[in-house]
Amino acid sequence: MFDNILIWFVVIPIAMMAGLGLCRNSGMKAIRTVMVVCSTVLLGLAIWLCCDFLRLREMGVTDEMVHTGSWMWYAPLNIHLAVGVDGISVLMILLSAIIVFAGTFASWKIEPLPKNFFLWYALLSTGVFGFFISIDIFTMFMFYEVALIPMYLLIGVWGTGRKEYSAMKLTLMLMGGSAFLMLGLLGIFWHSAPEGGQLTWNLLEIAHNNAIDPDWQYMLFFFTFVGFGVLGAMFPFHTWSPDGHASAPTAVSMLHAGVLMKLGGYGCFRIAIFLLPQAANELAWIFIILTGISIVYGAFSACVQTDLKYINAYSSVSHCGMVLFAILMLNATAMTGAIMQMLSHGLMTALFFALIGMIYGRTHTRDIRQMGGLMKIMPYLGVCYMIAGFASLGLPGLSGFVAEMTIFFGAFQDADVFHRIFVICSTTAIVITAVYILRVVGKLLLGPVQDDHHLSLTDATWFERLATVTLILCIAGIGCFPNWINEAINHSFTPIINALQASVF
Amino acid sequence: MEVIIPILILAFPLFTFLLLGLCGMKMSHKLAGCIGIAFLGTTAVLAYIVACTYFFSGDPAFIFEGVRQQYQVFDVTWLAFTQSLVVKIGFLLDPISALMLVVITTISFMVHLYSWGYMEGEPGFQRYYAFLSLFTFSMLGLVVATNIFQMYIFWELVGVSSYLLIGFFYKLPSAVSASKKAFIVTRFADLGFLIGILILSYYTDTFNFVELTQNPELVLGTTGGATYMGASVLTWAMVLIFSGGMGKSAMMPLHIWLPDAMEGPTPVSALIHAATMVVAGVYLVARLFPLYCVVDFSLTFICCVGAITAFYAAMVACAQTDIKRILAFSTISQIAFMMVSLGVAYDKPIEGVHYSGLGYMAGMFHLFTHAMFKALLFLGAGALIHAVHSNEYTAMGGLRKYMPITHWTFLIGCLAIAGIWPFAGFFSKDEMLAAMFQRHWFWGAWMTMVAGLTAFYMFRLYFLVFWGEENPHYKEHKPHDAPWQMSVPLILLAGVSICAGWIQFGEFVTWNGEPYHIHIEAPVAFTSLLVAVVGIALAAIMYMKKNTLPEKVKNAWPSLWQAANRRFYWDEIYMFITHKIIFNIICRSIAWFDRHVIDATMDGFAKVTQSVSYRIRGMQSGEVQSYVGWYITGAVVIAAIAWLCFA
Repeated sequence: MFDNILIWFVVIPIAMMAGLGLCRNSGMKAIRTVMVVCSTVLLGLAIWLCCDFLRLREMGVTDEMVHTGSWMWYAPLNIHLAVGVDGISVLMILLSAIIVFAGTFASWKIEPLPKNFFLWYALLSTGVFGFFISIDIFTMFMFYEVALIPMYLLIGVWGTGRKEYSAMKLTLMLMGGSAFLMLGLLGIFWHSAPEGGQLTWNLLEIAHNNAIDPDWQYMLFFFTFVGFGVLGAMFPFHTWSPDGHASAPTAVSMLHAGVLMKLGGYGCFRIAIFLLPQAANELAWIFIILTGISIVYGAFSACVQTDLKYINAYSSVSHCGMVLFAILMLNATAMTGAIMQMLSHGLMTALFFALIGMIYGRTHTRDIRQMGGLMKIMPYLGVCYMIAGFASLGLPGLSGFVAEMTIFFGAFQDADVFHRIFVICSTTAIVITAVYILRVVGKLLLGPVQDDHHLSLTDATWFERLATVTLILCIAGIGCFPNWINEAINHSFTPIINALQASVF
Repeated sequence: MEVIIPILILAFPLFTFLLLGLCGMKMSHKLAGCIGIAFLGTTAVLAYIVACTYFFSGDPAFIFEGVRQQYQVFDVTWLAFTQSLVVKIGFLLDPISALMLVVITTISFMVHLYSWGYMEGEPGFQRYYAFLSLFTFSMLGLVVATNIFQMYIFWELVGVSSYLLIGFFYKLPSAVSASKKAFIVTRFADLGFLIGILILSYYTDTFNFVELTQNPELVLGTTGGATYMGASVLTWAMVLIFSGGMGKSAMMPLHIWLPDAMEGPTPVSALIHAATMVVAGVYLVARLFPLYCVVDFSLTFICCVGAITAFYAAMVACAQTDIKRILAFSTISQIAFMMVSLGVAYDKPIEGVHYSGLGYMAGMFHLFTHAMFKALLFLGAGALIHAVHSNEYTAMGGLRKYMPITHWTFLIGCLAIAGIWPFAGFFSKDEMLAAMFQRHWFWGAWMTMVAGLTAFYMFRLYFLVFWGEENPHYKEHKPHDAPWQMSVPLILLAGVSICAGWIQFGEFVTWNGEPYHIHIEAPVAFTSLLVAVVGIALAAIMYMKKNTLPEKVKNAWPSLWQAANRRFYWDEIYMFITHKIIFNIICRSIAWFDRHVIDATMDGFAKVTQSVSYRIRGMQSGEVQSYVGWYITGAVVIAAIAWLCFA
């Protein structure tokens, strides 16, 4: 079992928790050491996995999944711990590792109860990594829940503002989504063997058998897509996001917007579209409308917010809407764009939330009307914020641009009027995004200093610099050299596209 | 051609940007300036080598049987959208890109040198040079683009460098809002550009310029006669792509950002907002010219937009008081001139007459000469502002005795832009007007009138600044000529503005690569010269000595003067639409809807659940009597149902 590299992505976070358990409550040094060592190992492992995967693809290995393994853990229901990765999951694992790494440094001075904070943080990472390596949908769902629950405590205890309300709201709404999801997954399980035989949770087997009865697909597609869509902040189920993000502590916002919201997109893609292709073909239009609304609606809402975190939360609604929108276009180019957008949004939102946390830690306000001219006072953080803003509004050379362009060019492949209208409406987001990003940059960083107390504030410390530099390098790396992502994931779409096309005829 | 030289042309400015951007703050001003100037100087030399090799080497790759060819030096894959739709980054050499290489590096070098004096001692000096390098890199990448998507990439990058440089003095709220405005207006235009690219690439399945323009009829064929709202999809694509050009080149109604962009440092205005970036729209149309030719409507559209803009901007320029704004409106007007010139150029017979694409050559010629004398004028204005510390002409007057170098070079610039023989502007303007008259007398007459207005407002500016009464402040603070770093570029550019017209431009740049021999069309030349002289004379009468004539003119049409002074209220209209309608009505109502309808619904579920649970929790009271009551009631109800169903 432990010769499979993927298992280590779950084992290391668990080891991290064990290590933290041994530390004293106030032993900041020991806690940090455990966190830094483990998150660095995870990052190294993820980079190794990614390089290894690219090497395999270059050698001509075209297996759907690599590093597969399967171990039974509950025989009566045929539940396995089944693991395996393709290009998409490899990239998501890499993204998660980067953000866990950066998040560790961004919460360097977390107070109070640092040990407990990092324990929950490690549990959350366990869930995230477990979700991405699983190919057994029950195990996947279990890890999904493992990732969601710590959120409640992380926001409720370490948050700011109306934290209890936000934590409750976020958890309940996501749990509501999970309920839908559970129904959908159970339905998939019970219909996984139409001609008798062993029922299975393994998504590759289900896809190969092309098993699900078309009549059932519609309902199950609805359940699973909405279930994951809630986490992907799809209109009208996005309202947990502004409140939740606004109250969450820095590292949790980073991990939540950076990785957890990607669970939604990844799940829609891996389960709703892959396993239920016929329903996907026929019901996609409903969700195209909803996600199309998300894109424009989120962007417009962001224009009038005054709280930095609210602006970013609404911007996330818009950007994550684009992920789901692209997935629903059901062609390889747009889906590539969706994966790029997940990476790009993950990195840049994490950067945004990290910076907002750093700025808030100094000025003790997130209201843009009370701040101004911070560029003069903290040039390093100001420049980073500007870079994050440029990535968000799609400046070439940073990751947002390649993702958005791939989505638009992919989405434009569908020549009917319905798709065209929605694609053109969604392209307007690039202008609205520019409006709200420049509004914030103008008010927050430029212009005269608003508050004289801010003049004595200091610029970033070394650990803050490390966190931001890591993220910025990744954003620029993807933005300047995007084609390796293409190479990593282009085989991964083949089965999905084949399933979709097979279901049409 | 060696691949290394073109790569270095792009790499040097990028490297300078990264170097100064990352470590600039640790350097002294002098070192940063030296690095910027040295690298840019090297880039300029390399660009000259490339352009000379292209134009003069006679290599069959560049000129084949007397026709100049398009040559892709390199073209590497950057991102593959689909199997066939692949974005590449490359370096295309053809007459217009070689021309632009020369123009950009020349002006950029002058501005780098000039800024050393102009920006001396400013905080953020290193940052300034870093941004200048970023701009130069992006602009060079734009002009050598081998495909329309590469152009779009660098198009966005020049947009952001422009944003950064306009907002260079970021502590001034006016600079911040000007930079924001510039970025958003051009972004809005780029949206059209993007949709145009989407449509064009969907039908043609390629981004490559050579493939697109080599056989435009074939491109027209790929659309299969698809139409949308009465126009062919190719027309839509071309008009939408042009809308991107309208944004960058400040055509009506997207011109509003350019006058405000003058908040940036003056050398930046000279480089970006006069000579190079703002002509990107003209360059875009020239680049896709064969495609514009096959859809007639789009060329007519370009003509109309250009003609209206040219006249509008010239009118406004007559009523401004800020010398940089006058120059900005003059830039808008001159770019519109080039647009009209491209718009009247056809390469195919229309109504039996064959237009030789003269307008194309003339437009490019004017782009070249205009870049030189407009940069000269802006740098001259910078010297003036440096001397009197104000942008308003009311703070100037009678400066010719104090600043002789600035005076003479500025005069040369004014003569060139007014189109006086033998200065550069005369020749290019003459070719443009000839092309317009050839197409239709209306375009010719209209643009000749604009040329007259140009002469008038430029000399109005000249007389107001250098003649007239001396400002009393000179006694306290005596204005003087600029330091050598600033004077040298002025003198060099003045030299170019005198000579550039004599270049046989048609030998180098024509729409199809075949040489065209420039000749002066006497009637056109004579008319335009006459109109220009009248304009200058009028300006001399009104403004050379202080008199009451300007007041009288102003009082004769007070509302017209007021409207021109306020730029015909375009800013107010935009303010109304963006702030009142989009921001206050649309955005606020969406945000309100989100909080009070969608979110309230979600909260409502929670509240309903809570209140229901409060109501029914009394049932779990622990009282045995009430449990028995419920038990009996339940049993009776079930029995009743069973009886109803089975009886």
